[in-house]
Amino acid sequence: MSPRMQVRVRGRSFMAFVIAPEPPLQIWLSHLDAQMLRSPGFFETRPVVIDLAAVGPDDHGTATLLTELEQRGMSVIDVENARDLPGADPWRRRLVGGRETGPVEPTIEQAQVTPVSAPPPLPEDCSLLLDEPVRSGQSVLFLKGDVTVVGAVSSGAEILAGGSIHIYGALRGRAIAGALGNPHARIFCQRFEAELVSIDGYYRTADDIDPSLHGRAVEIRLVDEAISISVFG
Amino acid sequence: MAKVVVVTSGKGGVGKTTSTAALGAALAQNGERVVVVDFDVGLRNLDLIMGAERRVVFDMINVIQGDAKLTQALIRDKRLENLMLLPASQTRDKDALTSEGVAKVIAELREKFDWVLCDSPAGIERGASLAMHHADIAIVVTNPEVSSVRDSDRIIGMLDSKTERAERGERIEKHLLLTRYDPVRAERGDMLKVEDVLDILSIPLLGIIPESQEVLRASNVGSPVTLNAPISAPARAYLDAVRRLRGETVDMTVPSDKVGLVARLFGRRAA
Repeated sequence: MSPRMQVRVRGRSFMAFVIAPEPPLQIWLSHLDAQMLRSPGFFETRPVVIDLAAVGPDDHGTATLLTELEQRGMSVIDVENARDLPGADPWRRRLVGGRETGPVEPTIEQAQVTPVSAPPPLPEDCSLLLDEPVRSGQSVLFLKGDVTVVGAVSSGAEILAGGSIHIYGALRGRAIAGALGNPHARIFCQRFEAELVSIDGYYRTADDIDPSLHGRAVEIRLVDEAISISVFG
Repeated sequence: MAKVVVVTSGKGGVGKTTSTAALGAALAQNGERVVVVDFDVGLRNLDLIMGAERRVVFDMINVIQGDAKLTQALIRDKRLENLMLLPASQTRDKDALTSEGVAKVIAELREKFDWVLCDSPAGIERGASLAMHHADIAIVVTNPEVSSVRDSDRIIGMLDSKTERAERGERIEKHLLLTRYDPVRAERGDMLKVEDVLDILSIPLLGIIPESQEVLRASNVGSPVTLNAPISAPARAYLDAVRRLRGETVDMTVPSDKVGLVARLFGRRAA
């Protein structure tokens, strides 16, 4: 029997620009052209979402608006508030889960993509230490590095770490290490009763885990693209 | 200084209302001024368990909406004059509870009583979170089975994050009350053992209430078991739990109805 192949799925987030055309569309397009002339390449490497809330079906140029935008080099990935506007259907994707990040200002001098104004970098912890048990229903998300829990991780709780996960207690919930794609991340726990463990997108559920490991102190790592669990110490 | 206690569990049917009534009556039997508050708007039961269902005129929603004064809504127990009930409304739903209204009622109750026992509805939604919001102490009622334990774990997480004390960065005192416990079945492996539950929930144990016909019998006659059958095993367990709640050190035992067969669980005081 050949080993089961697991298809890897990883997450990556991009910031999309949202623009909201306003009638009269011809004039709006000419303003856009002027702006793009001042900041060439501003839209080039960004996904764009078009918010059609302000546009009605009777406004002149509605049917061709999205084609016009594509011709200007925009990568339109979705339209919002399109209702039943003519010409919007081919672009409808119904993406969900967007989070507002505020206005993005193109600068005239800079020709390349302007990043969102970031606050000055603070010295940040690259590990998270939790002194309390992680209870059912709680989700700990820490993508900057390792997570250490002094206590148990309950059934129905989850830890998502960019780095490794260390649990000084029982792991009864889910532990997802190397969540942004790190095959060297590991999971350690004092008592292994997990529902699911994952490293770098590879995972194993309780059903696929050798029952003799239940209740033991274990180390979990990725060996040849497979989750490997060994008794620790 | 009044203590506000929430009796909560997450899961329904584990014995929150029965325990609220029994603990409230037991506190009152110890001379404390006690009010038991039903937060289960729309599905009120505490009035039945307390045997006060035929005397409900106004309820907490009336007080919150200003249709009645708190003193008009409070119902005095027929057996203990220092035990009162604030009923919930049966005709409304939980949206009628406003957080300002609940805060005002609780603040007023704090002035009148030594203990305010809030009977939380099941679930983790609005009703449950309002019931726990002002609590100083939480009694987490749990049955020795996995679904109840996991739901209790979820509730403990909420107690540590959603209550007023947690928001102020303080700790809320939490106690585990294990109900419907059957030592024989636990020994056979048919239900979780006390140690297993404590290990998962890691909060101190307030008491172990044995499974007993007396609890059902007391409910049916509308009397808290501590009043209806004070020498029965569950009543003694509740009375012990109340002594622990008041700060006494009491050995942890599971009282039994069979005379001379007091199953001693731990030699030490639990957790």
